[in-house]
Amino acid sequence: MNLKIPKEEIMGHGNLACQGCGATLAMRHALKALGKDTIIVLPACCWTVIDGPFPHSLVDVPLFHTAFAAAASTASGVKAALEIQGKDTNVVAWTGDGATYDIGLGTLSGAAERNDDMIYVCYDNEAYMNTGIQRSSSTPIGAWTTTTPVESPKKSRKKDMISIMAAHRIPYIATASIAYPEDMIEKFKKARDIKGMRFLLVFCPCPTGWKYAPQLTVKLARLAVRSKIFPLLEIENGVKWKLTKDITRPIPVTDYLKLQGRFKHLNDEKLEEIQKIVDEDWDILLRKTEK
Amino acid sequence: MKQVLMGNHALSYGAKVSRAQVISAYPITPQTEVVELLSKMCASGELKAKFIKVESEHSAMAALIGASATGVRTFTATSSQGLAHMHEMLHWAAGARTPIVMGNVNRAFAPPWSVWTEQNDSLSQRDTGWMQLYAQNNQEVLDSVIQAYKVAETFDLPAMVILAAFVLSHTSETVEIPKQEKVDEFLPPYEREYKLDTDQPHAFGGLADPDNYFELRYKIQKAMEKAAVKWEEVGEEFEEIFGRKYGLVETYKVSDAKNLIVSSATIASTARNAVDALRSKGIKVGLLRIRVFRPFPAKQIRAILNSVDKAIVIDRNIGFGASGIFYQEVKAAMYNEKNTPPIFGVVTGLGGRDVSSKDIIEIYQSVIREEEPKSDIIWKGLKE
Amino acid sequence: MAKKSDKKITFKKEKEMPPYAISFYSMEFNKTVSWRNFRPIIDYDKCTSCMICWKYCPEAAIDLKKKKAKGKEKLTPVINYEYCKGCGICWEECPVDAIDIEEEAG
Repeated sequence: MNLKIPKEEIMGHGNLACQGCGATLAMRHALKALGKDTIIVLPACCWTVIDGPFPHSLVDVPLFHTAFAAAASTASGVKAALEIQGKDTNVVAWTGDGATYDIGLGTLSGAAERNDDMIYVCYDNEAYMNTGIQRSSSTPIGAWTTTTPVESPKKSRKKDMISIMAAHRIPYIATASIAYPEDMIEKFKKARDIKGMRFLLVFCPCPTGWKYAPQLTVKLARLAVRSKIFPLLEIENGVKWKLTKDITRPIPVTDYLKLQGRFKHLNDEKLEEIQKIVDEDWDILLRKTEK
Repeated sequence: MKQVLMGNHALSYGAKVSRAQVISAYPITPQTEVVELLSKMCASGELKAKFIKVESEHSAMAALIGASATGVRTFTATSSQGLAHMHEMLHWAAGARTPIVMGNVNRAFAPPWSVWTEQNDSLSQRDTGWMQLYAQNNQEVLDSVIQAYKVAETFDLPAMVILAAFVLSHTSETVEIPKQEKVDEFLPPYEREYKLDTDQPHAFGGLADPDNYFELRYKIQKAMEKAAVKWEEVGEEFEEIFGRKYGLVETYKVSDAKNLIVSSATIASTARNAVDALRSKGIKVGLLRIRVFRPFPAKQIRAILNSVDKAIVIDRNIGFGASGIFYQEVKAAMYNEKNTPPIFGVVTGLGGRDVSSKDIIEIYQSVIREEEPKSDIIWKGLKE
Repeated sequence: MAKKSDKKITFKKEKEMPPYAISFYSMEFNKTVSWRNFRPIIDYDKCTSCMICWKYCPEAAIDLKKKKAKGKEKLTPVINYEYCKGCGICWEECPVDAIDIEEEAG
């Protein structure tokens, strides 16, 4: 059996994540791709807790905890210092959707505009999970969260973070899903060997926040891709868009949505609306990927 | 080499001769000249540093925390709104024990908008764990940056060198720029014991529960207390190499003073003229200038106030709902002393209202008639 | 390298503590044995060593060991019950239904 995935574990045992945590699986594979010559910069997010309390740490690489909005800026500083020291270590900002889509968007945009040399990873579980499942601008339309209760579920669409990053014309952008670890590892390895700002968005289902039994985490990450809700793509220099997985026979969004408690209040009309939005967004995406 | 420098450029030269390695700054009036000159120095290679042109002050401080934690010497500068914007990260820098040196130009807070001098911006940060030093002339600004690195790096505590907006930042004075070899002799390269380095993979700043957090705070306070002693040592060492002496405080004509004016920064330097004028009339008054505010030089203040009849603290700031801030701290330091004199607190010059030596003479003459302070704030220079 | 400890460290004296919040120890003390509700069990007569369970375990709690599966000795997944949380992802994802999930005894 030829393993495409590196065997060595850099993540370590005994993490504090929930059962079936997508974000933990994401880090496990990301570290396999990045290797030990990596420094992680970690703002407030689930991983702040998952890595473990002082004086313990889960990962076998240097890790710097920083403030919620400060991941990209702290990473810029770490990289500048390493350059002064003549070192080539990869600096990786490992952030949740809260830090990326919301409170840290300005700092991320600043680092991207300067094309600072770092790999910025957003593991997206579509809400502020660490503080108890409050909505973020990454929360999809119609979803329940504690701040978008069923009486008033999320009204606005999920923010299009990929287009925002593409507008910065950074060297490399990619999306990945934990259901496709070979693809994810390939993209992380590719990102590792490019200089400048690299942005990777990793889709990470969350059993606690999305309200489903934990064994479905990988399945949901797969269905999100197959239903076109989460496209797998790469963008070079912000202008050359490429689908890395074409979905020729999509599954209906209901197959994905109905498995999650956070969508169970949606009526047929709302489900149709969501299908329509997903189809339209896919068409727009296809036009961007045309040669 | 003597040059005519504005206060802002004295900060830039201080960072330059201290061989700052990573600079990250955002412009704000009246600090802009600091970063403009440093940009030029980095671009020309005159200063071998990386200059990260961040998009906000919060990012400026975050970037320096990252760089300092990796083990390099760092510098930035800001003022008022910018300082407030990075407030969260000031706490982070102290907790992460990163010896960042920052220049702060004292400017009044908005609203309403003001660009003129007042000390509330830096004093609002007095509990963050940063050392704070108030300079009275541009030579001191430059020299203090060098000294600040020495103390900061000994204890891994960040430090801010503070100067008044326009009165110092934009006023040109003759400044001796120390020779690079002498600065190198005084200030060796920064060595950080535990840093971000793949040879020693640690996590920094992980969650500390009540069983562990308290002692880490205790360590910061202990470091501050040791730093107070180090500032004096560094002052003496600096004098040996550069010929200029600075301590935690500065005294002027206090040895036979009956009464004392206590102040800081540019009000203190103006007060020196007032002291001379009063002395020429035979009045035995002296001046105590508080230079290092954090760690607070309680020991030095007690030694001087214990032997005077009255002390008048002049604050160019106010702790709303209480009183002038230097006044509060001086009173607190003196409270348990057997011989503490009555201490009067004057608030003046807010928002950059001019404080002349004539004003200080008037303050002295009106206050000194009172036996005891009748209130915690004596307002001076206010429109009636 | 990270030091190991068999439980979460609480320092007894301030002087033992590092100068600030620096982590020196691994998380290996944090085992799941006491609270796990369900345990996955691999049937090695059915296991084809495809490694899908190993790939998808968020805990890295499946080790690859030389073991007999389907009659042949090869690199085979072995569940590490010290760190398995019983999430069931391996059970859900196994393509040949070689993993069953059972309630923990007691």
